[in-house]
Amino acid sequence: MLNFFLSRLLTFIPTFIGVTLIAFSFIRVLPGDPIIVMAGERGMSEERYAELQTQFGFDQPIFIQYWDYMTGVLQGDLGQSFVTKKPVFDEFFALFPATLELSICAITLAILLGIPAGVIAAINRGKFFDRALMSSALVGYSMPIFWWALLMIIVFSGILGWTPVSGRISLMYFFDDVTGFMLIDSLLSGQKGAFASAVSHLILPTIVLATIPLAVIARQTRSAMLEVLSEDYIRTARAKGLPPARITYVHALRNALIPVITVIGLLVGTLLAGAILTETIFSWPGIGKWMVDSIYRRDYPVVQGGLILIAVMVMVVNLTVDVLYGLINPKIRKA
Amino acid sequence: MSDATLEAVQVERPGRLKEFWYYFRENRGAVIGLYVFLGVFFVAVFAPLLAPYDPTEQFRDHLLQPPFWQEGGSLSYALGTDALGRDLLSRLIYGARFSFFVGVVVVVIATTGGITIGLIAGFAPRWLDTIIMRLMDVILAFPSLLLALVLVAVLGPSLLNAVIAIAIVLQPHYVRLTRASVISERHKDYVTSAKVAGAGRLRLMFVTVLPNCLAPIIVQAALSFSNAILDVAALGFLGMGAQPPTPEWGTMLAEAREFILRAWWVVTFPGLAILITVLAINLMGDGLRDALDPKLKRS
Amino acid sequence: MSLLEVRNLSVDFATTSGSFRAVDGFDLTLNPGDITAIVGESGSGKSVAFLAMMGLLPWTATITSDAMTFDGHDLRAISPRERRKIVGKDMSMIFQEPMTSLNPCYTVGFQIKEALRIHLGMDRKARHARAVELFEQVGIPAAETRLSAFPHQMSGGMNQRVMIAMAIACKPKMLIADEPTTALDVTIQAQILELLKSLQEETGMALVLITHDMGVVAETAQQVSVQYAGQKCEQQEVTALFSRPHHPYTAALLAALPERATTKHLPTIPGVVPGQFDRPKGCLFSPRCSIATDLCGTTPPPVGGPEIGFARCHFPINVTAEQSA
Repeated sequence: MLNFFLSRLLTFIPTFIGVTLIAFSFIRVLPGDPIIVMAGERGMSEERYAELQTQFGFDQPIFIQYWDYMTGVLQGDLGQSFVTKKPVFDEFFALFPATLELSICAITLAILLGIPAGVIAAINRGKFFDRALMSSALVGYSMPIFWWALLMIIVFSGILGWTPVSGRISLMYFFDDVTGFMLIDSLLSGQKGAFASAVSHLILPTIVLATIPLAVIARQTRSAMLEVLSEDYIRTARAKGLPPARITYVHALRNALIPVITVIGLLVGTLLAGAILTETIFSWPGIGKWMVDSIYRRDYPVVQGGLILIAVMVMVVNLTVDVLYGLINPKIRKA
Repeated sequence: MSDATLEAVQVERPGRLKEFWYYFRENRGAVIGLYVFLGVFFVAVFAPLLAPYDPTEQFRDHLLQPPFWQEGGSLSYALGTDALGRDLLSRLIYGARFSFFVGVVVVVIATTGGITIGLIAGFAPRWLDTIIMRLMDVILAFPSLLLALVLVAVLGPSLLNAVIAIAIVLQPHYVRLTRASVISERHKDYVTSAKVAGAGRLRLMFVTVLPNCLAPIIVQAALSFSNAILDVAALGFLGMGAQPPTPEWGTMLAEAREFILRAWWVVTFPGLAILITVLAINLMGDGLRDALDPKLKRS
Repeated sequence: MSLLEVRNLSVDFATTSGSFRAVDGFDLTLNPGDITAIVGESGSGKSVAFLAMMGLLPWTATITSDAMTFDGHDLRAISPRERRKIVGKDMSMIFQEPMTSLNPCYTVGFQIKEALRIHLGMDRKARHARAVELFEQVGIPAAETRLSAFPHQMSGGMNQRVMIAMAIACKPKMLIADEPTTALDVTIQAQILELLKSLQEETGMALVLITHDMGVVAETAQQVSVQYAGQKCEQQEVTALFSRPHHPYTAALLAALPERATTKHLPTIPGVVPGQFDRPKGCLFSPRCSIATDLCGTTPPPVGGPEIGFARCHFPINVTAEQSA
């Protein structure tokens, strides 16, 4: 198990170098001078241009620039935002809890609904329930979620007036950032109604963000279950006279979960991508919105640093999934 | 004993295509999807004939007019007009062209590139295979929409750049898929026998092995067709895809966003068009998968 | 009273182009302690008949029969719940592929003890003791430690022993062994057969051996039933079958045994078992039969009496004058 973990960790290094190279080269190799772009319509004087070039090291040869950048990255220095002048690293971790809170809620919702739905659909294969469930899963899977979000806003905020349209909590509540998770902090603050407000702000973004993962998990669980249910060892289990529930949940589900867990791991990456749209639409102050805003503002250090941090996060998640995969699948663990 | 069965008629063994069509047709959703897909294709091809107006023509007297069945609507603008007085129906009809363009181009670029790289990786010596796969890992480490967004931001926002970005982002999936099936096929007996018979490396790659790896790739192609449409619409929605006044569905949604609570139709219809098209393609994709994957066939 | 009584069992599968009859008029009577072999090529519907009795066929299968009783239970009308009380306890089965027939996610010990808990309600300690005992009985060395092994950590032969231990865990009245040795090495094959035989002697259970290997039959069985394309074509006591086969198919199978070969080249039976699309009109074996006439091609043959081993043939061979009289 330890060897398995270490070998996975080793593949981390080249991927990380590749990630930094890509993030680094985007603004240097591709057409368009970032300083000119930064200046915008107003333009800038020759001296100011030269000054900025030195400041960002653009006058150095490209590999020296990369070397300098990498030395910084390894020390946790990803540069400063053009706009706020704050370190990219700090900005990222100030906003990260918001994205994490939303993502955790969404993936939890998706797993809690998706796996049972997939299992029930598989054991009722071809019946009405299966058809209805899989049809809705396909609709969810095909959903343009930015539109879905707008529809939810029209119905739940516009027509019914149940939920707020944007933000994490109503402006009337103020309390300290303890954990960065609004649900926990609002409870800790002890202010009346704060928790309810946080929940009501979280509901729509959670549903929107969970839609595609939910559909994918349900579909994947169903097909994995169907595949496993046709395996020889399921026939053996039936030949032992085990009750159907035991066959489904003990013998089949454990095996079916192996591919499902892989898919859930991959979904976390998609979730961050989905969070780009969801956070933008609901003005959720997280990483996704931060990245999009920085792209609009041409805040290159943030885009660059954000790309690296997000990629590292995805890689860590994938590593975790690999380890989890090893835990649930004895073939890898002991082999 | 039962004689009835012994008279069993001589049935012809069905051909491959016929069998495929049998399984495909059995999936009712897939057939519906196919018809809808063909319908959208028809609309896209004959858009100039079908659309009542030019998609960019502005009718200043009819701003934000609701669809015909609502108070204040009229049949001359069947689905209403947008904030600039453009006919929504015409814009939606022209929008189909962009979605098709996007889907086709992305799938063509991503499949040809992905299959070639995947085949090379599958047949290449270990070091080259490792380099290729690490590179794909790197691309996959970024959330696809984010990477596409940054690519477009750097290349400059336009529909074509969005398409290129999406194609690059979708490519690694084909590479992985192709390589995985190549590796599982490569050691099978039929490949060995082709090798023994003296088939060259290129022949082995493209003639012997590739056709046996095609089933999952075809399914993936259907998937990425719909993904491409969704992602490009998302880029358009974020202002990084097709630029106004192009009647691309995602871009239309972006323009309509501020009227979300005042004029539901400008928001609802473009999204519905995306959903229906993507749904149709995914339904087809499911049918393809069921028809091509012998594992899920009835025994 | 017989332990197992099956009359005119047929199984149809729904497929792409209509239904396919995998088993056609299968009959079998089994008394406690009998060892019967069911012989036939792949695709002759041997396993399917028994999977039908166990209730293990997929939903695409339609099962019809005139009678199907086991140990006093009518298997045609039995509820799934009642069937589960019999299956795995009184009637158990082992399969062809030991490597895929065990659940890869659980230890073999877990999989054995599970059956003990469900059917016999033993407590944890008793289960463990019984599992160790079973492992020793089927000849697995270091039983205590092997119980916590996963299937993929053991060889095919060991896994088949585990399967057998699992099948005999609740002291069944009938054990169905579906090609138990096909996937194993030749040296292991003999060991497994020997094991099955000795277990049968020890416990007195009835043993059904499904196989395509006449050699296996000769070594183990008392009664032999030969299946071809879903139909039974002959049934005899083992020594009589080997000395005087009545159906040309049986004769051809025996001739193909290396031990019995008289020519330099081993004789083979040309062609394959008919599938869904090339089922002959008359006798199903006629296209491959060396003595077939026009009659065989057009008319299904009758089933003979016990004196000619119920041979389903127009021209049964090795028939003496008194038998034909």
